[in-house]
Amino acid sequence: MTSLPTETAKKLGLVIDLDTCVGCHACVVACKGWNTQGYGAPLSDQDPYGESPSGTFLNRVHSFEVKPAEAPAQLVHFPKSCLHCDDAPCVTVCPTGASYKRAEDGIVLVNEDACIGCGLCAWACPYGAREMDQAEGVMKKCTLCVDRIYNENLPEVDREPACVRTCPSGARHFGDFADETSNVSKLVAERGGFDLMPELGTKPVNKYLPPRPKDQAVEEFDILAPLLEPVATDAGGFLGWLDKALERI
Amino acid sequence: MKHTQPQLDTSPEVSDEIRKTTCYMCACRCGINVHMKSGKVSYIEGNRDHPVNKGVLCAKGSAGIMQINAPSRLKAPLKRVGPRGSGAFEEISWDEALEMATSRMSHLRETAPEKLAFFTGRDQSQSLTSFFAQGFGTPNYAAHGGFCSVNMAAAGIYTMGGAFWEFGQPDWDRTKLFMIFGVAEDHDSNPIKMGLGKLKERGAKIIGVNPIRSGYNAIADEWVGITPGTDGLFILALIHCLIKAGKVDLEYLNRYTNSPVLVNCDETHPEHGLFLRDDDGKMQVLDRTSGKPVPFDGKGVKPDMAGTYRNAGVTYRPVFQLLAEKYLGEENSPEAVADRCGISAERIRHIASELAFTAFEEEITIDQPWTDFRGEKHDKMIGRPVSFHAMRGISAHSNGFQTCRALHMLQILLGSVEVPGGFRFKPPYPKPPEAHPKPHCKVTPGAALDGPHLGYPMGPEHLALREDGSAARIDKAFTWENPMSAHGMMHMVISNAHAGDPYKIDTLFLYMANMAWNSSMNTKAVMEMLTDKDENGEYVIPNIIYSDAYSSEMVAYADLVLPDTTYLERHDCISLLDRPISEAEAMSDSIRWPVIEPDRDVRGFQSVVIDLGARLGLPGFVDDNGDALYKDYADYMVNHQRRPGVGPLAGFRGKDGQGKGRGEVNPGQLDAYIENGGFWVDHIPTEAQFFKPWNAAYQDWAVERGIYDSIQPYVFNLYSEPMQKFRLAAEGRGKIQPPDHLREQVKATMDPLPIWYPPFEGTRVNEAEYPYHALTQRPMAMYHSWGTQNAWLRQIHGRNPLYVSAEIWKEQGFKEGDWAKVSSAHGEITVPVLLMEALNGKTVWTWNAIGKRKGAWALDEKAPEANEGFLLNHLIHELLPPKGDGLRWSNSDPVTGQAAWFDLRVNVTRTDAITASEPSFGTIKSPIGQGPNEIKVGAK
Repeated sequence: MTSLPTETAKKLGLVIDLDTCVGCHACVVACKGWNTQGYGAPLSDQDPYGESPSGTFLNRVHSFEVKPAEAPAQLVHFPKSCLHCDDAPCVTVCPTGASYKRAEDGIVLVNEDACIGCGLCAWACPYGAREMDQAEGVMKKCTLCVDRIYNENLPEVDREPACVRTCPSGARHFGDFADETSNVSKLVAERGGFDLMPELGTKPVNKYLPPRPKDQAVEEFDILAPLLEPVATDAGGFLGWLDKALERI
Repeated sequence: MKHTQPQLDTSPEVSDEIRKTTCYMCACRCGINVHMKSGKVSYIEGNRDHPVNKGVLCAKGSAGIMQINAPSRLKAPLKRVGPRGSGAFEEISWDEALEMATSRMSHLRETAPEKLAFFTGRDQSQSLTSFFAQGFGTPNYAAHGGFCSVNMAAAGIYTMGGAFWEFGQPDWDRTKLFMIFGVAEDHDSNPIKMGLGKLKERGAKIIGVNPIRSGYNAIADEWVGITPGTDGLFILALIHCLIKAGKVDLEYLNRYTNSPVLVNCDETHPEHGLFLRDDDGKMQVLDRTSGKPVPFDGKGVKPDMAGTYRNAGVTYRPVFQLLAEKYLGEENSPEAVADRCGISAERIRHIASELAFTAFEEEITIDQPWTDFRGEKHDKMIGRPVSFHAMRGISAHSNGFQTCRALHMLQILLGSVEVPGGFRFKPPYPKPPEAHPKPHCKVTPGAALDGPHLGYPMGPEHLALREDGSAARIDKAFTWENPMSAHGMMHMVISNAHAGDPYKIDTLFLYMANMAWNSSMNTKAVMEMLTDKDENGEYVIPNIIYSDAYSSEMVAYADLVLPDTTYLERHDCISLLDRPISEAEAMSDSIRWPVIEPDRDVRGFQSVVIDLGARLGLPGFVDDNGDALYKDYADYMVNHQRRPGVGPLAGFRGKDGQGKGRGEVNPGQLDAYIENGGFWVDHIPTEAQFFKPWNAAYQDWAVERGIYDSIQPYVFNLYSEPMQKFRLAAEGRGKIQPPDHLREQVKATMDPLPIWYPPFEGTRVNEAEYPYHALTQRPMAMYHSWGTQNAWLRQIHGRNPLYVSAEIWKEQGFKEGDWAKVSSAHGEITVPVLLMEALNGKTVWTWNAIGKRKGAWALDEKAPEANEGFLLNHLIHELLPPKGDGLRWSNSDPVTGQAAWFDLRVNVTRTDAITASEPSFGTIKSPIGQGPNEIKVGAK
């Protein structure tokens, strides 16, 4: 079985804002597009124009309905990819050492040369974040775009994961959670960022920001109600108000 | 095993080259960086410098690589060899194809040019295609606006000189309260998402008004799950509350709108309801100081909206008084509309109070002096940080035009248009209705039409009628049935051509419009009309030419197919003469250029149009010797001049390439665009950035840039005088008279002040029999029928169940996995259902255009899109249910002719489990075979 590093210098990961994600799938396809031509084997698609098209994606968006007791139902869009856990069960379960967590930045990767395609890691991951590529028989997963974030052939501004660069609503943020002053640490502190299924003890690095409260009921005594006080009770009164109001401008 | 890790190259080569062009995976026209490896496209990302998307890119855009390798791409010109609709074709050469097209079209031009009907879909070259049709001489030309969102565009132009999306945008950086009405999940895709992101970052409030809470509405702070077709009622109730409380911007109304303009209120007068004008035709307002009528635009005029004026026995009252009287009525109170809208009166009132609070208590100012068109100086810019956006949800109803007008009226009463924090126009808008062309329809065999086809009628004299009063156009646009049909009515073309009403045509020439499937109402009947034969065994629509890049359902119905390129293989210009991409702070245009060469025998459609124009010897396409003026579209983009110094592209003009908007032809213009990332931007001077219709600095700048030829300040039309002119005619006044059967409709619907009336279909059917509303939405990751051929996108949206509200689910006793019969007054379909709670209780809906015909788009016959997938279109007729008068009443808005897709009323009942949607149709023979079983994009 494979060991995790005792600690990592950085904890690179994503903050995903569920209050802002509109569920557009931009991140899903940008990820597919970058990673099929980048790290390791391409992300293949089986039966792409047929009855059951099924391909390898490293990031997917799921949508859930939530029905609060006293408010209308809501739709929450929930993008999900590898959470780069500190206690990553997908690494420790790996029989060949192919799955590993990088000591310098905490990114969990698969060394495809060493991967035997046994699928144990996908079984061990409680988040369903790994996908076996059916063409190559190797395990694929989010690399946090390790071939972008340090890439000196890219302009500095582009050294971020493809999903973050493309997100139209700005719902995805990339940074170092080990640094309390980083953008991602601050967002988590300010907005109550949370771990996905913390009870499993996997210590995910990626965090989610919760949706803000929505559809607040109109108070019985609406504080804005005085703004709608009628200026007059009849048509003549309205013209009188209009005349006075015009005089003031 | 101790922790070890391999050495990793974290700086691999990214690509050999980046080519910057414009996306065309939908109509938003974002800038893209196309990465090339070994001469092939390897990756597509957003262009950070581009004004539209500033680096981001949606799912469709990133999936562009799968569009250019899609197996559905047509490969060569096709000639039909089997019966229409079978899909049996043989490949022919371009010479043969163009000869076939021109020999027939040339004859038509010399004898009866109107027998060519040329209609284009979601293309972005209308400035060229309309120029071709005009030169040809047929009145029968339009693009797809009539079945898309013409109500939104036309109501915006008539009311304030621009609408949403291409016309203007919220001031995303300053607005504090944003209301979005009836926007599925798209238009304009990335800019709205970017804008919503900005609002979220600043904590600004978002109110989503939509029967369906998905997409943008899912993240709204407050969701108003309105009953379809009642948005106008809701908006007028908000207006009622605001006027009643005096929460309107009187100063703004006085200065910048026709609120103070005097209206003839004598019902017996021939000019009843028209404006008082002086001898120069200038609208008159009552001057508060002198008590006399004076021109509205005089310097120092203080209009008196509270007074009345009497002259020669006629009473004239300011627009504002008529408006206030109309909306103060109790029939517009929240209590009166709540049930019909499905929104409580308290909530309507609360939203009105929030609008009032934000507009007037949270006023913002920018310390920027400016001068208005009357010559008055203002030391700062005052803003009302309330903004709105709306699209098809409110416009695709038969009451859509008036609803869109009502929304613009709300914006204007709050003083929130063209002010900081409000809604801002994008050049070349603002542009008042008077400044737009008028419709033209005069046919002369062998010669050009007498002017542009489409425009904005200002009265009955601008209708497109023949001498006997019948429709001049095959789609009956600009007739008494729908006088202000500014974008034409493409959805009526096939039906009218088949019926020979108002006349028969010979050649139907379509581009990029899937009229035999998802772009038509009443799809099954349209397929029958396309294949129907007359008593002589000839097709009723004799000749059909179709151009498309892909093997869409429509291809099978053409006699001649002209294969187009994909968007990365062509030149295009996103022109200020067409559908511009400007921003509120800058004018902008862009190009596409062939970043890859086609590997098939296909040609860009625009180059084909130019070739056809030259072969036919059309004016503007040949010189005095009859020789072609342009080699191809690229040549036209650079060398064509619409007016001296003004051409398709505004940037890098003149010999030195420095000309902005105006300037001589620059042979190096396309290279300059490519060098600049495929686009051109010119920022509006700071003092000209707000109050554009009235801002002297903006007006001067716009003339300098060739947007206008002379300054044209104007005031907003809360009251629409052109509409009143049509109504006067319907009352029997004037020489041009509507037919009697349309008088009541014109009187009832052409109200010069916004009104609400129930959507037509609901009034023609028994509501107890069809108690529910049925809608479609376009998903963010798909663009109409285009997405399905894309292997990545169809994995995201490969299925379209009918989403059913909790209320209906319970009423009908549905359970998971059930199927339902959905019936309308017109037809019946059988479809899979799925429960959705975040949905108006009386509504069902599905994704638009996921359902496919077997054999189309190079998909396997077993594809879910061609089996479980379905279209609601089968339930929607292009005509309203007959009312016994023998007439064909179009299922459209009576003002603009906009297709009333969302008026649909249905019943939904459980049916025993089946496995494929009904109706289903036979398999079309694919002219390009089918796709591979596995793909590995980017394999090394």
